Amino acid sequence: MSLFSNTAVLLGKELRTEFRSRELLTTTVVFILVVVVLFSFTFDASSAESRRFAASLLWLAFLFAASLMLQPCFLREQSNDTLSALRLSVKDPFAIFAAKLSANTLFLLLTELLMLPVFSVLFNVPVFPVFGQLVVVLFLGSLGVSIAGTALSAISAQARMRELLLPLLLLPLLTPVLVASTRVTLALLDAEPYMEWKGIGFLIVFDVVFLTALWLFGEYLLEE
Amino acid sequence: MTPAAISPVGIRFENIDKRYGGLYALRRVSLEIAAGECVVLAGRNGSGKTTLLRIAARLVRPSSGSITFLDKKNGAITAASQTGFVAHATMVYDELTAEENLLLFAELLGIAEPAARTETLLAEVGLTDRRKSLVRTFSRGMRQRMAISRALLNEPSVLLLDEPATGLDPQGMSWLAGSLRQMRDAGRTVLMSLHGESEISALATRAVRLEAGSVIADTQTGASLPSILTFAGA
Repeated sequence: MSLFSNTAVLLGKELRTEFRSRELLTTTVVFILVVVVLFSFTFDASSAESRRFAASLLWLAFLFAASLMLQPCFLREQSNDTLSALRLSVKDPFAIFAAKLSANTLFLLLTELLMLPVFSVLFNVPVFPVFGQLVVVLFLGSLGVSIAGTALSAISAQARMRELLLPLLLLPLLTPVLVASTRVTLALLDAEPYMEWKGIGFLIVFDVVFLTALWLFGEYLLEE
Repeated sequence: MTPAAISPVGIRFENIDKRYGGLYALRRVSLEIAAGECVVLAGRNGSGKTTLLRIAARLVRPSSGSITFLDKKNGAITAASQTGFVAHATMVYDELTAEENLLLFAELLGIAEPAARTETLLAEVGLTDRRKSLVRTFSRGMRQRMAISRALLNEPSVLLLDEPATGLDPQGMSWLAGSLRQMRDAGRTVLMSLHGESEISALATRAVRLEAGSVIADTQTGASLPSILTFAGA
């Protein structure tokens, strides 16, 4: 019970501090907008080529956004040693991870949802007929990115060259999630859209496995 | 500050070693701190004071050895949750208000009436009129008051303070000395690291000096306290 209540309290803190400063969301939305606009110049929006490459470019843009968003996740806790205060206050350290990865998933999902209409117009790809299915893929993909990213952010925050370490560790680890998410999105953006259930199944398994690993071993990642 | 009635708790460090790679931060440290004692840890920078305090707070795991908290009343081993820790840093969020900070930690600690406890502590540290202000707008002294009030949220029996006087002006120093005196008199065990003599070090009933991670002096007497604190450039 304390795990859920502690997670809820910490999630409230994460949302309050972010919506008060809007540092992370503003930076990420601007960044991802620039990336999507730049990508759009490389394709003829009326051609079938655009439809073919749009899914992978979309997830590449989301990956850039995620690496930008995940970096300060634990770094922000270091300036005033607030991570120690949290460790001394929570009964289950997993609550710290659960709150941070929930906040990261929410922020990432919000950025993606803001970006979908822009993407649809620039790449001439209709996303609204498959909006519901797309939200499912975006949620499962973002959750996978956030789980792995939050864990790696905790590791890299304590290391030297931390700014380099996170993307270096994150990219190889997220390759399976990105491949699965891209394949499902590609199928949904097809001229005759369909749901790639194999990809969805893979994303669910990835999320469950990594979440369980974080629950079991997360405590050690927070140790000094 | 009016401390609540607390159950006195002592601390026993047994053969504590802490290594970072090949470097020893602490080497075979054994100390027994009786319930209600006010102990000063002295020593140069890098002598192991912070590491010992963070081990006592259970933030750092020792490489070997053990630490036990002993309840004076019934002789039982008690939970580490009876400790309050004040570190070098304030351990509070700059982007939250004073009230939001204390409420956050009170709720995480599972305190029965978090709002009432927050209100009481803010009044005790004299920050009631700034309760809606963001901590980032506070002076060093006010931040230190916040740090101490956060550490006292769960009414700890053991108070661990890592150089609590750093950056305080004479007024802040007097406030801190007064607060610590009340905590000591209420029966709380206080273990703090300090640099040199001050109004705060005068409260100590015992001083322990660390050098290169080992205890090199341990005295109970008030008379030899200054020499331990200022010994070899502390």
